[in-house]
Amino acid sequence: MLKEAYSGSIKYMQILDEEGNVDQSIPLDDIDNEKIIRMYKLMVFARAVDSKVLSLQRQGRMATYGPCIGEEATQIGAAIAMNPNDIFVPNFRQHALYLARGMPLENFLLYWKGYEEGNIPAAKINGMPVIVPVGTQMQHAVGLAFAQKQRKTGNAVVAYVGDGGTSEGDFYEAMNFAGVMKVPVILIIENNGWAISVPRSRQSAAETLAQKAIAAGIPGVQVDGNDVFAVYKAVSEAIRNSKDGAFVIECITYRMSMHTTSDDPTKYRSEADVNEWKARDPILRLRKYLSKHGLWNDDMESKMNEEYAKLIDAAVEKEEAFKPDPRSMFNSVYSFIPQVLQEEMDDAEANNYWR
Amino acid sequence: MVTALNNAIDLLLKEDENVVVLGEDVGKDGGVFRVTDGLQAKYGDNRVIDTPLAESAIIGTSIGMALGGLKPIAEIQFAGFMYLGFGQIINHCSRYRTRTRGTRSLNMVIRTPVGGGIRALEHHSENPEALYAHANGLIVVEPSNPYDAKGLMISAMHMNDPVIFLEPTKLYRLFKQEVQDGMYEVEIGKANVVKEGSKLSIITYGTMTRIVEDVVSKKNVDAEIVDLRTISPLDEKTIIDSAKKTGRVMIVHEASASFGVGAEISARIAEKAIFELQAPILRVASPSIPVPCPGYEDYYLPNAKKISNAIDKILSV
Repeated sequence: MLKEAYSGSIKYMQILDEEGNVDQSIPLDDIDNEKIIRMYKLMVFARAVDSKVLSLQRQGRMATYGPCIGEEATQIGAAIAMNPNDIFVPNFRQHALYLARGMPLENFLLYWKGYEEGNIPAAKINGMPVIVPVGTQMQHAVGLAFAQKQRKTGNAVVAYVGDGGTSEGDFYEAMNFAGVMKVPVILIIENNGWAISVPRSRQSAAETLAQKAIAAGIPGVQVDGNDVFAVYKAVSEAIRNSKDGAFVIECITYRMSMHTTSDDPTKYRSEADVNEWKARDPILRLRKYLSKHGLWNDDMESKMNEEYAKLIDAAVEKEEAFKPDPRSMFNSVYSFIPQVLQEEMDDAEANNYWR
Repeated sequence: MVTALNNAIDLLLKEDENVVVLGEDVGKDGGVFRVTDGLQAKYGDNRVIDTPLAESAIIGTSIGMALGGLKPIAEIQFAGFMYLGFGQIINHCSRYRTRTRGTRSLNMVIRTPVGGGIRALEHHSENPEALYAHANGLIVVEPSNPYDAKGLMISAMHMNDPVIFLEPTKLYRLFKQEVQDGMYEVEIGKANVVKEGSKLSIITYGTMTRIVEDVVSKKNVDAEIVDLRTISPLDEKTIIDSAKKTGRVMIVHEASASFGVGAEISARIAEKAIFELQAPILRVASPSIPVPCPGYEDYYLPNAKKISNAIDKILSV
């Protein structure tokens, strides 16, 4: 006997095209004008923060930073779709998501300047701290989702990984657990085309990254990650259905800028590649939509930009007033202070090694 | 040091076509620190391989390559990400030879940047040498200068054992040193007496070597400085000889003190030379806490002042 044991396929969704036109065949559900304006403002805000941090970094006022320029829709679509109590698990490039979920800007800046204190408010906004070791956070997301299910909170967990991260064993293991445990987790692949210098084509021989879900027995979809409506719709639906189990959403976007401020993309990709994606910019196309529908004008734009500049400057001022206390490094390691640590701390203080 | 390492790997690739380089961004990008810069263009993408982003697979596949007769030089982008391949290292790299009683050996090197001092993000400034040194069957080296880096890399590939090659990021571009062209080896398992002295022995390695040299020279102390170069297997003879000669021993390393390399050295000296010591052994190291974010780096890393105070203390006994 020879028969087909399994066949699967992955759908691709785009609602808002590059010209700001909406595909009428796909219902917008609860995406109303108020929400659309909110999406736009949050994306612009995230980009303004990115460019401010980059300029501070060049002046030596920030540590290494990886901007999310070009990837805002992939994050804002989900941020708006999430309920207030839903939990998010980022990697290290979800700046727009953090800010949209209510992370105070001065704390956000504090983390990227190099202080753990920046991580403190994440807990209050149901977010996990920035995760640097690639792909590892996906397993935490599955565990968090299991806890939601077990404790009947009704909350969903939304986790992010990059295209590079989907090559890690941890990612596959997380998906497999999520499938078996049937937990309310939405795994978002922020496919920005690049893992530092390695292009998506060299990352996996699979045609889509969403199809990796199929092997774990989880439904998956691919969406235009520069289309905030498509991201919103996919994430909202996944959250609504999350009691039935996990879901994988691959968002196709593009890393318009460097991997981090330590990276020089001219070494491995051409200007032409980047220019091709400039036309697909998520903010640009939403602005086109807003103008077409009379929802936005230049006056509103300049007022918003002014307001953001003030907000950002005020946050930078607060962040720069922060005075680190080296004792915090010792006090926070355990739930108590072991004698060894106490002695090391006293020694450093008494001999003034901290200058 | 970047140039010296690049040169060493270049020579190794030229010498033996079984040598391959693999890791994240090692090809076109030349590695995030540029250690493999230009090598893919020179030797092709079958010899210098950009891998998908998966540390465990980089190490595990390297093991398979070595079993298949190749000689892989694997790069793990930062030591903090090497933990994802820790299982492969401990379960397989360290014991393949002994559990096959020498019939299967792994001629491979795993390179990774270690240590702080460059204001890098979280997980980018780890000092994990004690973890690997504790896994017997691995060779662990950490050079403190470009000359040693090149010679140790060549020796590492020329021996038929798995070598964990730790490269201090701070030293990649900190200073220049004349390094001879062509192949040469720096013996693995042999420490380097950087400076002879009679009042005190300072055992160190990696980034701390130069800081120790500076402090000793500024204070004009008659100290003997031993740069380990190889952490495991430890050059016990050089250490014990020096301890017996000076009667005072200080160990300086960047990794945290608790359960570290300094503890191992102290124990060896206590076992073999304790009656010849005139003062308790002192360790200067980072505090016993996880490596903090870069804003706290200066509060964390051992500095000249801490080393200087320790020298005063041990000489006052």
